[in-house]
Amino acid sequence: MTYDVIIIGSGPAGLTASIYTTRADLKTLVIAGGKWGGQLMLTTLVENFPGFPEGIQGPELMMNMRKQAEKFGAEFVDEDFVEADFSKKPFRVKASDKTYEAKSVIIATGADTRWLGAPGEAEKIGRGVSSCAPCDAAFFRDKNVIVVGGGDSAMEEALVLTKFAKNVTIMHRSDALKASEIMQKRAKDNPKINFFYNAVIEQVNGDQKVESIRVKVNPSDKSLLSKTAEEIEKITPAIFSPKFVSKDKDSITLDLKVDGVFVAIGHMPNTKVFKDIELDEHGFIKVHDHYLTNKDGVFVAGDVHDSHYKQAITAAGYGCAAALEVQHWLENQE
Amino acid sequence: MADASFTDQNFKTEVLGSQTPVLVDFWAEWCMPCRIVGPIVEELANEYKGKLKVGKLNVDENGKTAQSYGVMSIPSLLIFKNGQVVKTMIGAQSKDSFKREIDSVL
Repeated sequence: MTYDVIIIGSGPAGLTASIYTTRADLKTLVIAGGKWGGQLMLTTLVENFPGFPEGIQGPELMMNMRKQAEKFGAEFVDEDFVEADFSKKPFRVKASDKTYEAKSVIIATGADTRWLGAPGEAEKIGRGVSSCAPCDAAFFRDKNVIVVGGGDSAMEEALVLTKFAKNVTIMHRSDALKASEIMQKRAKDNPKINFFYNAVIEQVNGDQKVESIRVKVNPSDKSLLSKTAEEIEKITPAIFSPKFVSKDKDSITLDLKVDGVFVAIGHMPNTKVFKDIELDEHGFIKVHDHYLTNKDGVFVAGDVHDSHYKQAITAAGYGCAAALEVQHWLENQE
Repeated sequence: MADASFTDQNFKTEVLGSQTPVLVDFWAEWCMPCRIVGPIVEELANEYKGKLKVGKLNVDENGKTAQSYGVMSIPSLLIFKNGQVVKTMIGAQSKDSFKREIDSVL
């Protein structure tokens, strides 16, 4: 059987697209992935999605969108996308070990956590390293945790952690936060949250779980660089039991005791799996005319092409637009 | 249905002392990804009936067990064989991916 459209991805872009395609009476299959729902599944209260004056839990919003799509007849495969063949029609899309055929495709694979890439980090994901405070915060009751990042999501992660952790420190590579004023204020007003600026994690240490981090600090106050090891340890917050490691002409390296590292430095578009799809200079899918990719019949929606807005509501809007374009494109094929 | 609900109290007899291998789903009420994995675990319990004992452990009510196995992220699915952890699966995954992991140790 050939579907009219296969939508790869099940975040706000993919699910909105599927609501529109099914309502246009297009036979629709959503390759939702083993972890369906996208980035909003890793959030708590979403306060900026229109229509919910009291806010709505991110996962609940996604479950509602999925229900809405299923109501209109969208089919779902909760398996991970493997590969696609866009070289001939019908297009072939593989998820797990099954291959599906479609006249058109919408790529809405979104973006995933950008990790630090520091040695020791990858092995400790789920063992003290996390990208999801709402999922894992409860395991850090009375602990000392670091949140890495300077944007809204870092502030949000830190605020969630304050419900459980004893100390939450937002560590940022510069001293200028990118977060919105309202989120910065909320974080700064919270007595449990402290800030550690101009610092980068170089290594995550620990045997079974996170025990400490090695941090390179480039202080804006250069006079700190002339201080002795003991003095540097003394002025670093005692909660970290700081150990001086080394220093050079513009930086100081320290080991800090921490129980958890929450990474919130942004996201990377999920484009690796598409071989013949053209990307822009930043690695996002390049949008041609009317949400088409470089392949005729293959459309794109959401964070996988949007390096700029990255909001749930813009992703949903892109999903709607791509679905309308698919409908139009299919009509012209007949 | 999953076979059992494991607790700090019955963990030793139900899991560590079990003749058949045991899959333990560490979860909590507040954990949204756990809600995705829950129904998959139910299906796995049916498909592996007789070969694998499957049950859930609420980490809020049974913190001791969760802590002693270093569970710091949920959902975490651990497989025990003769009282030893032989497989740790962290985070929501597809059913097929869980099955591959289970098959690799059964």
